[in-house]
Amino acid sequence: MSEAVLEIENLVTEFPTRRGVFRAVDDVTLTVRHGKTLCVVGESGSGKSVTARSVLQIVDHPGRIASGRVLLHRHRTARAQEGGEEDTLDLAKLPPRGNEMRAIRGRDVAMIFQEPMSALSPVHTIGNQIVEAIRLHETMSKKAAWARAVDLLRQVEIPNPEAAAKRYTFEYSGGMRQRAMIAMAIACNPSVLIADEPTTALDVTIQAEIIDLLRKLQADTGMGLMFITHDMGVVAEIADEVAVMHNGRVVERGEPLAIFERPQEPYTQRLLDAVRRLDTPSERRLAMRATNPPSSPVLTVDDMAKHFYITGGLLGMSKETFVAVRDASLTLRTGENLGIVGESGSGKTTLGRCIQGVQRPTEGKVLYTDKAGRTTDLARLREHELRTAWRDIRMVFQDPFSSLNPRMTVGQIVGEPLLMAGTHSGAALRRRVGELLEVVGLPANAAERYPHAFSGGQRQRVGIARAIAPEPRVIIADEATSALDVSLRIQILDLLLDLQERMGLSFLFISHDIAVIRYFCDRIAVMHRGRIVETGETEAVCTNPSHDYTRSLLSAVPVPDPRRRGKTVRHRYVEDKASSTAA
Amino acid sequence: MTVQDVVPTASVPDAEHASQWRLMWWAFRRHRLAMIGGTVVLIFYLIALFCEFLSPFSPNSTSARDVFHPPQMLRLFYKDENGDRAFGLNVQAMTQKRDPFTLQTTFVPDPDRRIFIAFMGRGEPYKLWGLIPLERRLFTAANPKERFFLLGADRLGRDMLSRILYGTRISMTIGLVGVALSLILGVSLGGISGYLGGKVDAIIQRFVELILALPTIPIWLGLSASLPQDWSPLTRYFAITAILSLVGWTELARVVRGRFLALRTEDFVIAARLDGASRRRVILRHMAPSMASHIIASVTLAIPLMIIAETSLSFLGLGLQPPLISWGVLLREAQNVQTISQAPWLFAPGAGVVLAVLALNFLGDGIRDAADPYAQGQSA
Repeated sequence: MSEAVLEIENLVTEFPTRRGVFRAVDDVTLTVRHGKTLCVVGESGSGKSVTARSVLQIVDHPGRIASGRVLLHRHRTARAQEGGEEDTLDLAKLPPRGNEMRAIRGRDVAMIFQEPMSALSPVHTIGNQIVEAIRLHETMSKKAAWARAVDLLRQVEIPNPEAAAKRYTFEYSGGMRQRAMIAMAIACNPSVLIADEPTTALDVTIQAEIIDLLRKLQADTGMGLMFITHDMGVVAEIADEVAVMHNGRVVERGEPLAIFERPQEPYTQRLLDAVRRLDTPSERRLAMRATNPPSSPVLTVDDMAKHFYITGGLLGMSKETFVAVRDASLTLRTGENLGIVGESGSGKTTLGRCIQGVQRPTEGKVLYTDKAGRTTDLARLREHELRTAWRDIRMVFQDPFSSLNPRMTVGQIVGEPLLMAGTHSGAALRRRVGELLEVVGLPANAAERYPHAFSGGQRQRVGIARAIAPEPRVIIADEATSALDVSLRIQILDLLLDLQERMGLSFLFISHDIAVIRYFCDRIAVMHRGRIVETGETEAVCTNPSHDYTRSLLSAVPVPDPRRRGKTVRHRYVEDKASSTAA
Repeated sequence: MTVQDVVPTASVPDAEHASQWRLMWWAFRRHRLAMIGGTVVLIFYLIALFCEFLSPFSPNSTSARDVFHPPQMLRLFYKDENGDRAFGLNVQAMTQKRDPFTLQTTFVPDPDRRIFIAFMGRGEPYKLWGLIPLERRLFTAANPKERFFLLGADRLGRDMLSRILYGTRISMTIGLVGVALSLILGVSLGGISGYLGGKVDAIIQRFVELILALPTIPIWLGLSASLPQDWSPLTRYFAITAILSLVGWTELARVVRGRFLALRTEDFVIAARLDGASRRRVILRHMAPSMASHIIASVTLAIPLMIIAETSLSFLGLGLQPPLISWGVLLREAQNVQTISQAPWLFAPGAGVVLAVLALNFLGDGIRDAADPYAQGQSA
């Protein structure tokens, strides 16, 4: 076991609130070792980010470190002078705004964040920002610092680093920005790098590349890495040591193999159980399909395309066309779950909205067959004509916060479609809303409360209650579980399956998360740059993908099993030049 | 992670049932300066409402003996005939003396004479709100023949305190009426602009920019100078408010348009459309409540601008004209150096303007900060 570089001992970080002091970090003890990776894993609100921020004393106002020590052993790092005199510093004792603390940040302990766009300056070139970071801590001429910056960009595998250094943040893609951020963080050879959910905002294929990069840099420099994540797959991929956090406490620490195979704490067991169940087809769903197989098509999308026109220039004279979805053809059968999977910008959300008719497709047909067997083309209808179809085709949104009007009570929100359809009013409406809330597992008294009284998972249940209120036949769920923690995710998916059995629903389930699709969907359509590249039975596609893009997507998904680390062969999907420039 | 996520809401059960207005009130209450500002504004409007009752004398009754009478100190005690201290509100009387050489008039205290002040005493008769005939006033001279001047007198011997209290009514309400007009213009044009978007939006926005590009003061001057001189003071009052709001609506139109654009793409608005709500209902039931608080905040911040505009116009002689009394009209008396040296108390209405504008600005800031109680991290 290599030597400890950073030791967090009995750290307590508190936030004074109106209702008393809240302990975000409660007696946390962690060790980051030279050349090793410590993964801090936990769900939202577990205090993992606050722990990381406490190390550098950049906790958001009004939080403060109440007690504990954060020991940085500078003599044990690569930078230490020969002879290795004892040089240990308690970071928790330094004044947060003092010179000493500033000298530590970026030099000895560097940090990278989830959202690289907001962490990088939009008005300076990437090169200049790295030069700035170098020259803050080391005396070096501008020219030498620039050369070093270019070298760093090369290290983080940014193509053509000389030219890339002269570009601005907005000219970089999300993955490139995170690479630039890493280049800046490692500019002064820090002994510890704290990575706070560095890949959460990125697509899986880019996530896999960033993780590879961090691992390679660690092997080169021997820095200790503190990697904060909520994703057990990433943990299995990168961790040398794991700390599981829950409600501000470290509930379990240990080697990844031990944690994954012999979790001691009930919380860890529950977490891993949820993760493992997600990656396999739901037994409930398979049983349902065996007794009641999907029948006739309810929604048929035929060669649909959606173009956006970007007007620019003086008085909107110049027009550019952006093709968000092209030649999309899909069939959703009654009682079937169809998954649409793709990375950000693949056009899956636009596809969902066009099918529903919130946005008008530019070309093609969206054929909906109603209960009576009549088929209409939704793509040709105007908004007031769509209202009857919208009672049958409902939507569940991704963000449980912005999709519920904060100024209406839950009862009003759930009752709105019923009131608009004119089917219920007065006491009958209240009774029906009560029933719906019960169906989605919310207490009946929830109706009088406002959305802000509920947690993310409960809010998503409210959104589902609203969706099923007019007894629809099809539900389009756009990333309906993405904003939720993994244990909640499976609960919501089970609820949706439950509703499917009760009401005979069909789902169009849009997600970037293959595990969720695998659990929930019978068939899958893979989207890439506005095009559906592959369609098929979920298991068939997941085990034996036929398209190169699908193969690269699947191979990039981190597997929550530390034994399989390094055993999956990663495919990189490279498009031919013509199609990538066109899109 | 926000603190909001983790503090169990169960500890404050009423927060779960709290509507947006209650949450706003909680957020507003924590803004101390705004609470003070709000109280001051409330007092000002109470004064405006009851100025006839609050002022000791009629604002237009002149007195040749009291030209430029200096302010008198209010006293609680006096010495009665036996030389004992007795309680009773009074001021020391002053007599006018003329310097035999320079002919300058000065006021010297007359130690033997005091003017007693009656609480709820009978004074000059007046009509409250021009309707209810009354003669009791909160404070007035016990002897109806005597007068006292807590804030001095002007060049016609009129009581400045009474005049300032009357001025409050017009100065504070011209803001309200003006803003109400701007509100109608701003909300409708901004709403149309934001909801329809496209060409209509572009035209309305260019028009707003055009108006914003025009220099305001020359326009006000020009428009008010062109008002016919023979209009009644009341007609003039409304004409001036209309002129002020012609410029004031642009800011509101932009706020409303911005909120509209931001809300139109919110998930919950799309959800409302999918629920089958008509366009009207989407706007009125789902979008308007989110905008109301922001609109109230901008309105509160627009009133002080109106007050200042009215004061400046009237000060220049182009706004309201006597016999109407507003702070601007009163300040016109303090236009020359002679007055400043002889009767500095004529500046007192200026203090009213400063106080009212500051209080309204603090109030507006507080409302603006509280306007979105659902913003991250604010509700904890």
